[in-house]
Amino acid sequence: MRNVVVFVAILLAAHLAMLALGPGDAGASGEGVRVGVVFDVGGRGDKSFNDGAWQGADQARRDLGARVRFIEPGEGTDREAGLRLLAAEGMDLVVGVGFIFTDDLLQLAAEYPDTRFAGVDFAVPTDSLGRPRPLPPNLVALKFREEEGSFLVGALAALAGGSRTVGFVGGMESPLIRKFEAGYAAGVKHVCPSCEVLSAYAGVTPAAFRNPGKGKELALSQYGRGARVIYHASGSTGLGVFEAARAVRGLAIGVDADQYPEAPGFVLTSMVKGIDAAVFDAIRRVRDGTFAGGVRQFGLAERGVGFVDDANNRALIPDPVRRRLAALRDSIIAGRIVVPST
Amino acid sequence: MSRPPGPRWAEALLPPLVALAIALVVGDLLILTFGQSPRIVWGVLLEGTWGNAYGMGQVLYKATTLTCTGLAVAVALRAGLFNIAAESQLAAGGFGAAMAGLALPAGAPAILAVPFCLGAAMTAGAIVGAVPGGLKAKAGANEVIVTICLNFLVLALLNWAVAEHLHVPDSLHTATIRAGGLPRLADVHAAFRGSAANATVLVAVAAIVATWWGLFRTPGGYALRAVGLSPAAAEYGGVSLGRTWFRALVWSGALAGLGGVNYVLGYKRYYEEGFGFGAGFLGIAVALVGRNHPVGVGIAALLFATLSQGGLAVNALVPKQMMDVLQAVVILAVVASVPEVRRLVAQAVPRRP
Amino acid sequence: MAGIAKRYGAVAANVEASLEVGRGEIHAICGENGAGKSTLMKILSGGARPDAGTVVVNGRDVTGWGTAEAIAAGVGMVHQHFQLVPTLTVAENLVLGREPTARGRLVLAPALAEIAALCERTGLVIDPVRRVGDLTVGEAQRVEILKALFRGARTLILDEPTAVLSPPEVTDLWRVLRRLRDDGGTIVLITHKLDEVLAAASRVTVMRAGRTVGRLATAGATPADIARAMVGRDVALAARDAGADALATAPPRLVVRDLAVADAAGRRVVDGVSLTVRPGEIVGIAGVEGNGQTELVEAIAGLARVRGGQVTFDGADVTAWPVARRTAAGLAHIPEDRHARGLVLDWSVADNLVLGQQHRFTRAGRLDVRGIAAHAAAQVAAFDIRPGDTSLPARALSGGNQQKVVVARELGGGRDVRVLLAAQPTRGVDVGAIEAIHARLRAARDAGAAVLLVSADLGELLALSTRVLVMYAGRLVHEVEGRVATPEGLGPHMTGAAA
Repeated sequence: MRNVVVFVAILLAAHLAMLALGPGDAGASGEGVRVGVVFDVGGRGDKSFNDGAWQGADQARRDLGARVRFIEPGEGTDREAGLRLLAAEGMDLVVGVGFIFTDDLLQLAAEYPDTRFAGVDFAVPTDSLGRPRPLPPNLVALKFREEEGSFLVGALAALAGGSRTVGFVGGMESPLIRKFEAGYAAGVKHVCPSCEVLSAYAGVTPAAFRNPGKGKELALSQYGRGARVIYHASGSTGLGVFEAARAVRGLAIGVDADQYPEAPGFVLTSMVKGIDAAVFDAIRRVRDGTFAGGVRQFGLAERGVGFVDDANNRALIPDPVRRRLAALRDSIIAGRIVVPST
Repeated sequence: MSRPPGPRWAEALLPPLVALAIALVVGDLLILTFGQSPRIVWGVLLEGTWGNAYGMGQVLYKATTLTCTGLAVAVALRAGLFNIAAESQLAAGGFGAAMAGLALPAGAPAILAVPFCLGAAMTAGAIVGAVPGGLKAKAGANEVIVTICLNFLVLALLNWAVAEHLHVPDSLHTATIRAGGLPRLADVHAAFRGSAANATVLVAVAAIVATWWGLFRTPGGYALRAVGLSPAAAEYGGVSLGRTWFRALVWSGALAGLGGVNYVLGYKRYYEEGFGFGAGFLGIAVALVGRNHPVGVGIAALLFATLSQGGLAVNALVPKQMMDVLQAVVILAVVASVPEVRRLVAQAVPRRP
Repeated sequence: MAGIAKRYGAVAANVEASLEVGRGEIHAICGENGAGKSTLMKILSGGARPDAGTVVVNGRDVTGWGTAEAIAAGVGMVHQHFQLVPTLTVAENLVLGREPTARGRLVLAPALAEIAALCERTGLVIDPVRRVGDLTVGEAQRVEILKALFRGARTLILDEPTAVLSPPEVTDLWRVLRRLRDDGGTIVLITHKLDEVLAAASRVTVMRAGRTVGRLATAGATPADIARAMVGRDVALAARDAGADALATAPPRLVVRDLAVADAAGRRVVDGVSLTVRPGEIVGIAGVEGNGQTELVEAIAGLARVRGGQVTFDGADVTAWPVARRTAAGLAHIPEDRHARGLVLDWSVADNLVLGQQHRFTRAGRLDVRGIAAHAAAQVAAFDIRPGDTSLPARALSGGNQQKVVVARELGGGRDVRVLLAAQPTRGVDVGAIEAIHARLRAARDAGAAVLLVSADLGELLALSTRVLVMYAGRLVHEVEGRVATPEGLGPHMTGAAA
């Protein structure tokens, strides 16, 4: 037992010694806007949602001199705790990444009227008649017109896929994902009224967003029925869609971020959400003093949604198709085409 | 000729102290690796947890859930069983509490509503515990495997129920309960404003006392501990192994289910998918570090809650994963330094049939 | 070895212990449990370092040597608990730690020849390619001895080698040891069975409380002499006392009819056993271990699943009763394996003293902690359990005192014992405790209990039993009145030779 006491003493001595080490100052100091970002559970490194928010904030750090703090919650309670921590530190802007922050943001916006809040994909509450309720002046909902981006990739799928049948795989059946499907189908029908859209969902629970096996099964079935291109809006369930594309040498369309690396050569394009652009925009408005509460929609016009067209997939998109898509895009921005969201 | 045991206090206190000292030094090294000063990071961690009422409230809140799941695992371990299903029992308990709260008429008197909801939470957890208990007692099914499978099943079922039938549009949670909510500490003292801590902390303390009483002061607890330490001797002493296993896992499930109250009745007042993420699994660590003693479980829960909340506070300086590593270091150090814990862990490895 | 002292924490295991063994001698070390025999032997075989004193082997001062040096010098230990790998063969176990290899591969052929020669020389016959897990205890012990010899041991230390052997195996062991001695080997035998000392050894060293208190030549010594040296007072050695037969006409208290028990593999290990025990009678069951005695006792106690037949207590059919109900009906059971069955080793003595009776110590749904403590204090005093601290874990007690805890629980505290099952009640227990336990068994008998006694110690059976039954291969093959039974008469039945 004496040995154990000696062991503890040595450890404590080492600990005391190390307390004296390291830089004496912590945290960034400076002038710029102070921004705090709380990620959804899953956090950094998801190559999609959270990473997009990180990029936007990071860009603001470089371009606008913003001082940014990030918090990665471990569990449900940490969401509110993280927001509160940042608000209590007197941040100029606190961002919650993901619709799951909706309730927490509403509550904190009321508790900290002098702090501004932004919610990515914020789910605006509605009253009993289904009309959106007004948001507090210090809270902005950053929403995306996913249907517009989906419309363009739908048109692309019909024009470049080489088949009159196209597929769609959704994650959890919900209004949010229906928006993707509706825009996509509208895009297909717009350029090819006789084309058929095969549509399937992986399930009705959140687990449907993380079920690659089911994704592969659904995609294989759609390829088997003649589809050449499948668009997925299904989180990591989509990894199964890419696997199916590789197996049958078909094409898939990614979602949220550029998913080309998942199956190089088999990814026609990805419908990307400009979360980075939205977060950057919110930070810029705080700096410029033009921040306003309410709902901010990011569509094609705001570069909040779009599709990937770069060196990786250029060869998959013929030039005439590219020109056609550009024209469609202009029409949507100009309001000549109204994309349905349901 | 066996070595006489050292002083009891030393036997009880030294292993956790050793674990803590190791964790401190490993933490120092990690912090230095991230180019930060250990003094500042530990300072921020303490300030963000025990430095103010809000931080304390958060620690208490997290410790409340962990105490319940830790007690659940400890009770099962005392009977020689590894309950891996505390995770889903916690969720089931929260779900049960929410369903009870939703079923009550608005304005139901708290004196009736709260016990009703607590009972629902414990019942829901106990039902999930009864499954591996019954299978173990009747068919000798290995409870480790059953409880692992059960986690998937129960969580999927609850998610389905919420996502398909019970959720508020555009959310993953149910409607707000009508009655049975517990007061927040902030309602008692303004300094706790914003903290999630609530009256469930008293429920957890009561659970510690009741579990201690049940284990060490009742014939049932005596039988349960005999089964855990020496099934052959317990059988010889007239204790039915199957019945004891069943009771232990039901009791364990009820305790874990009680933990769900903390979030559902105390904090959000609705059931949300994935609310207790990981707290059930962390309960295993809490039980081991607390050496399966109810009081030890309470202390270990506070320690892990401090690390968790502190991890949030120092998140700007070091990655969150550092706190996960520290938790792992504490667990490993305790497992390695306490023979009885080592034996329990060895037991958990499924034996040959 | 002279002036040896060794402390473990606060406990002095050896104080002024000494030992002198001549070459080519069989020397016994005798003493109660906890007298320091094992510690002294650990120091001799390199397993422990003395705090004081000197160890001289073959004229060389080797004080404080390690196990490896001891083995190199030809000192080998045969442990009470076998240190063999059950899944390996005999030969593989023997070469373990010094595996013969050729170009990195294990080559057993030369070793097999060497082993065969060794078996031949010593008379320790065993098939080297059998798996150790399949051997009987007696065979496994031969492997242990062979292992020490195979490593070149010329001085063999055997720690209670007969505890697990049947009488023929014991006789066999003495034969082997004598042969080794005649071959120039030196044998140190740790035991506390007095008859063994006299049968096998030429001299005996007696230890008490860590000290060497006597050294006798066995020629001319009586068991009483040695026992007095061990305990420090006169001991009433087991004399035949079959008890009064006043109750012989009473109706049987315990009746077993056509009992059949199968083991996990489905073999009938108890095969149609019928017996009766009357109140005030001790019925002894003799037999080589592994012939179904264990299962018979467990079946009567309610611990083994019965395949067929019937057990009745005082005419009540208890065959389907759970253990607790049998206990309530007056069953007391001293189990054969006190470590696994009889005690929860990590529990305190006090908690162990109420195992199976916890409901008697429950008041209004809660354990009566004070009552348990008072009960423990009373039993510790009544049964002279040492040390007397009832909060110590049972694990910390010596084997004899552990057994006293079991006996105290089953027979003490004013229980109305109607049926007593005593399986190996004095195994691994020292002389003083044996005396006390025998007295308790007799007292239970005289109080009207029906006692079923299973023992591997024929002396004990003959001393206590009203009737002796012999069990062989799951059946009762012989019955004899206790007062006329002799080891010579029972032996052939125990080995099946008379069948």
